[in-house]
Amino acid sequence: MEGALNATDSSTLGVSGARKPPATLRRSQRPRERLAGWPIADRVAWAACWVVGVGVSLVTAAIVLLMAVKGIAYLHPALLFEHPSAAVAQSQSGGFLDPIEGTLLLTAVGTAIAAPLGVAIAVWLHEYGRPAGLARATESAIEMTAGGPSVLFALFGLILFARPVLAFLSQTSAGGSVSGRSFLTAGAVSSLLALPLVVGATREALAQLPARLREASQALGKTRARTIRKVLLPSIRPGIAAGVVLGMGRIIGDTAIVIFVLGATLHLTPAGGLPGLSALRGEGTTLTAYVRYNSPAGEGLAPNKAYAAAFVLMLIVVALNFAVVRLGSGSRRKRPFARWRPARAGSAQ
Amino acid sequence: MNQDPRLAPPVRRIIPRQAGTVVEPRSEPAPSAAAAVASAAQPAVEPGVQSGAWQDPVDMPAPPRAPTTTHSNVVERMRLESVWLAYGDRWVVRDVSLPVRQGEVLALIGASGSGKTTLLRSLNRLTEITAGAARAGHITLDGEEIDGLEANDLRRRISMVFQQPNPFPMSVFENVAYSLREERAARRRRRRAGLPGRGPRGDQLRASVVEALRRAGLYDEVGDDLDRPALGLSGGQQQRLCIARSLAAGPEVLLLDEPCSALDPISTATIEELIVGLRESVAVVIVTHNLQQAVRVADHVAFMHLGELVEYGPSQQIFEHPRQQRTRDYVSGAFG
Ligand SMILES: Nc1ncnc2c1ncn2[C@@H]1O[C@H](COP(=O)(O)OP(=O)(O)O)[C@@H](O)[C@H]1O
Ligand SMILES: [Mg+2]
Repeated sequence: MEGALNATDSSTLGVSGARKPPATLRRSQRPRERLAGWPIADRVAWAACWVVGVGVSLVTAAIVLLMAVKGIAYLHPALLFEHPSAAVAQSQSGGFLDPIEGTLLLTAVGTAIAAPLGVAIAVWLHEYGRPAGLARATESAIEMTAGGPSVLFALFGLILFARPVLAFLSQTSAGGSVSGRSFLTAGAVSSLLALPLVVGATREALAQLPARLREASQALGKTRARTIRKVLLPSIRPGIAAGVVLGMGRIIGDTAIVIFVLGATLHLTPAGGLPGLSALRGEGTTLTAYVRYNSPAGEGLAPNKAYAAAFVLMLIVVALNFAVVRLGSGSRRKRPFARWRPARAGSAQ
Repeated sequence: MNQDPRLAPPVRRIIPRQAGTVVEPRSEPAPSAAAAVASAAQPAVEPGVQSGAWQDPVDMPAPPRAPTTTHSNVVERMRLESVWLAYGDRWVVRDVSLPVRQGEVLALIGASGSGKTTLLRSLNRLTEITAGAARAGHITLDGEEIDGLEANDLRRRISMVFQQPNPFPMSVFENVAYSLREERAARRRRRRAGLPGRGPRGDQLRASVVEALRRAGLYDEVGDDLDRPALGLSGGQQQRLCIARSLAAGPEVLLLDEPCSALDPISTATIEELIVGLRESVAVVIVTHNLQQAVRVADHVAFMHLGELVEYGPSQQIFEHPRQQRTRDYVSGAFG
């Protein structure tokens, strides 16, 4: 036996001897699925998935393409920096600087309210949830908000914020009636649209966290509050960011609230108070309202500008999504939360 | 022993966020084997499994694999007296009494489901964050009832390392720094107690982190880049990071729940060496179902079976001359 072993090159048997890596490497690849062996139902489902996937992609691509072609055709830089004006002729109705500013401002106010509130509600519901009755009530309220039509919130907001007590949030006419319309009030109402999405995403993310993360922190003598703030929330930043993006999308896309509670005016109408913040108490409009108004379905009679504005709206949405997702994942180096994955059990050095 | 139908003691049911509720779980006659052992064995021989009157085991022979242990520097830190633990209606730990000493390693051995983890978690009141868990009996730290201490203070003094490595999804540095930074409430308590009211910061923080990593034997492997994500480390490194994190809190007792069960032999050896090295500065309790490991690291061994403490004694006694048949059956697996 020994002899047989020795007959071959014993130096390469049983121990690694080669000093140089082989010249050719075969990379492992995902093996190709063989449909042939699948049950017929699975094959149909597989085909259906493809059809639906491709179909949705095509529709999305068509929308983007149409917006891009039409938008770019009518978009020129001046439109972005000119105030709109009330002219009948399309060539004289100015740009859409105000709607752009309005969109950004309203989204900022709405998100600034919805994001912290939503995260707080989700943490409370998921980590504490007591008293149980209140938690259940909150849950159903959030669910109803998620399904509620925005025009309902808009109407409610308009009535609520026209109360004299809340006059400081908007403007008061010479006659003493409170308008109830401003970026603050509209932002507050809009936040209702984003809130359930932030709450949902945050709860979902919290539920996904392994229990041992909580245990590890508490075993170090950290309070639950500290654990939530320093371990749990940082770990779910991507999840929160995803919820915020969805919420912002709902705020940006809504028109009812803009028309009811923001005024859907031609220009932003800053109203007294602190410099820079004066716009918050004033009325204004957004790109969605502008597009609706100028589209063939509206009264503004500037369809070309509607296309251009819609294109800009799309760019803003994409940019905001990108920014928030980036914010959520942070830099990979300093904040490796995004790279969450379970510990590899049994792995060697 | 049949004349001793002790009922399970009343138990304070622990419901997170709602302490103080007294519920009585389904009582069952509990003159279990632990009690049987207690009444059958002579107190002087098996002080560890005695419930009730405590006798200090003064004349324990030095265990075989612990040549550095000199009994002069072995100090009793914790004492469990008639500890009962339940989940819901089911008792999973019955009448366990044990000492935990600094200067030596105590190993809890026994089959899966015998209640080792549950017992370990009760030592720093982690059972309180498990819904439905309940406890009866006395556990003291340096003579003080642990129930009388603030839970988070207690957990900083009695730190726990879990079976699965569970580093936080942060950098290596932040993992350790997290346990060093004091939260406000803890700072206030420390100030009231006349201690410096802050965790370390800046350079001092960094030095403490490095020190903890060194003690856990991890610094040489990660020292070049403490900002790397902890979850990128190997399993063995992650577990040592968890040990470093626990050590950084400056515990007096370190609880380890099968710390090597998910690790390869090399990582295991590193951690065992570390554990033996730690016993002078902290009291170490390790749960293991690896008998060889218990032989290697433990000075005293407690064998649990179905929630009962069957036998407690010096490692040598348990592995070479067990007094109980059940222990003999169990440890015979260790030597073939
Ligand atoms: N959170 C829990 N809820 C209910 N039962 C539990 C829980 N944890 C453990 N148990 C039960 O308690 C018993 C002891 O478990 P454990 O302490 O984990 O044993 P060991 O660590 O010795 O394997 C087992 O029967 C287990 O099923
Ligand atoms: Mg266990």
